[in-house]
Amino acid sequence: MSALPKTEPVLDVRDLHVEFTTYGGIVKAVRGASFSVDAGKTLAIVGESGCGKSVSVQSIMGLIPMPPGRITRGTALLHGTDIVRGKIVDGDDVRGNRIGMVFQDPMSSLNPTMKVGDQIAETLEVHRGYSRAKARARAVELLAQVHIPEAEERATQYPFSFSGGMLQRAMIAMAIACEPSVLIADEPTTALDVTIQAEILDLLAELQRKNGMAIVLITHDLAVVARMADEVAVMYAGEIVERGTALEVFDQPAHPYTLGLRGALPSRSTERAGLNPIEGSPPDLFAPPTGCGYFARCAHAMRVCEQHRPEQLAVAAGHTARCWLHAPDAPRTHPAIQHRVRG
Amino acid sequence: MLVETIGLTKHFALGRGRTVHAVDDVSLAIDEREVVGLVGESGSGKSTFGRALVGLHSKTAGEVRFAGESLPANYAAADFRRHAANMQMIFQDPYSSLNPRMTVGEIIGEGLRLDGGHTRAQIRNAVADWLARVGLEPGHASRYPHEFSGGQRQRVGIARALILKPRFVVCDEPISALDVSVQAQIVRLLGELKASLGLTLLFIAHDLSMVRYVSDRMAVMYLGSLIEIGSADDVYFRPKHPYTQILIGSNPEPNPRTERHRKALAVAGEAPSPVNIGVGCRFASRCPEVMDVCRRVTPPLLPLPEGGTRRVACHLYTAPAAVSEST
Repeated sequence: MSALPKTEPVLDVRDLHVEFTTYGGIVKAVRGASFSVDAGKTLAIVGESGCGKSVSVQSIMGLIPMPPGRITRGTALLHGTDIVRGKIVDGDDVRGNRIGMVFQDPMSSLNPTMKVGDQIAETLEVHRGYSRAKARARAVELLAQVHIPEAEERATQYPFSFSGGMLQRAMIAMAIACEPSVLIADEPTTALDVTIQAEILDLLAELQRKNGMAIVLITHDLAVVARMADEVAVMYAGEIVERGTALEVFDQPAHPYTLGLRGALPSRSTERAGLNPIEGSPPDLFAPPTGCGYFARCAHAMRVCEQHRPEQLAVAAGHTARCWLHAPDAPRTHPAIQHRVRG
Repeated sequence: MLVETIGLTKHFALGRGRTVHAVDDVSLAIDEREVVGLVGESGSGKSTFGRALVGLHSKTAGEVRFAGESLPANYAAADFRRHAANMQMIFQDPYSSLNPRMTVGEIIGEGLRLDGGHTRAQIRNAVADWLARVGLEPGHASRYPHEFSGGQRQRVGIARALILKPRFVVCDEPISALDVSVQAQIVRLLGELKASLGLTLLFIAHDLSMVRYVSDRMAVMYLGSLIEIGSADDVYFRPKHPYTQILIGSNPEPNPRTERHRKALAVAGEAPSPVNIGVGCRFASRCPEVMDVCRRVTPPLLPLPEGGTRRVACHLYTAPAAVSEST
């Protein structure tokens, strides 16, 4: 796997820090997140509510009101150009054009007073300078491409006439209208039933095969990650605590939090192993811990973890974890490291 | 048998002769200390069924029996007071189901207060006891719901439901709004309380693997009808009804090796509207194995020809005699 020539990632985010000023003080929502995604590949950013996964991508897309939010450090390179410092996020070059975005709740993400076809056409008029007629014709093609039956007629309807699954298809049509090189899908199936979820995930994979776009999939659902991801980044308390290929992260989880998430899911095998919840709750990001963010909940915590923030340490080729257990001088016999799940 | 519904039906009139068939003729018997998981997609009527069961919806037709006693079709205030001590409900959304203007202590103690016959000190002690039992602290009684996380609020909702020591609890998607690690905390808490109190549960959820984990039996609803019921493992690993097969086949597993090679189980279209449903199987319009008879005759929920406890509402499994008789 590592013998392949290293391609330049399409989107490369490095050391991103995002803060919010609130009445209660400053929330350090993202504390040094780095991730990247290659063309034609899917990166899943997985984590629980409040871990900073949505804020990370929304901040680089310029979707976070600043103030109260601000990016205090870090870069986001799209094809080698920094879109955070370059201030081109505000323009039309990136958002909706070179990066498309699909949101969690299609009902509230579309304009209820505008026909679905016109909403898709608007993207093309704004970014591509298409005429109204040309943009509308293309919108119908796009609706057909995401397998909406009777696309011509559907384009003239308002969002309320669409079901949840159809709306999410329309959102995807809008997101891919300008043939973006990156598609960010923020919990795209969380509001949908499982049978519809399966259809939407298949559609995303099909579109990726056709046009080779990179997908950044943000989700809390490890099963969705397993189905879609090439690479996985696990986020906790504003940091990416583990990164690697999907097979590495699922087969050999290296961070105790990733292990904890796996243990909290019911097993699908016929025997009923007990559930092992992660006790406690994530740290307060008004005053983030100086050491490891997971220290207070970690079953394997050592003294060093309380005071010193773990570095991103290599576990295997292309697999890193922000955990002191993987330091060269950490105790060798640690169960977390020895834990090997063979699928 | 502790709780039984016989032909429970709940329709909502939309006016102009249009009727939503939210729950149609559902018969389900739940044994003492049994956990029955009820699954189905949005709009399948599973929550309406749960609410009608505890009296939060009036019944259009059919009957609910609790410990042999038939419960009223429409609850009056006195009925709620009488039956609330036996049947309780834990709600889905721990954010909107707790009154933001009441303290957690008032919320948990309200059942005892309305029940009557308890002094304030007794209620206070019971609240403190229940806070501890659900993993919160006695000092939390004076706080308001907004000061708690989702998982903590769901613990409050559990204490609120259980303080009257009900025998039967409907859990309506109790973990859907929670994070993965917190879901496991709440499921474990429910399991411990079930064991120590001898509770009987109807566990409504759409997370199939979690339902299999917590339930003894699993029931599947589609468009207001009960279409399959059997032991949780039978239904999960050997689904019979074509809809159950698709539902379980669509449920992804957290394992990239199996997920990558999973073939898409296509189901044509989406669930039709539950307004003015006619005769025939409700899944007929989407079923990959649809037959002529399916559009003409509503399949009854029957045991499989090979016997056993599982029942399926599908003509594929109906004995040939029954089919020929109806055609």
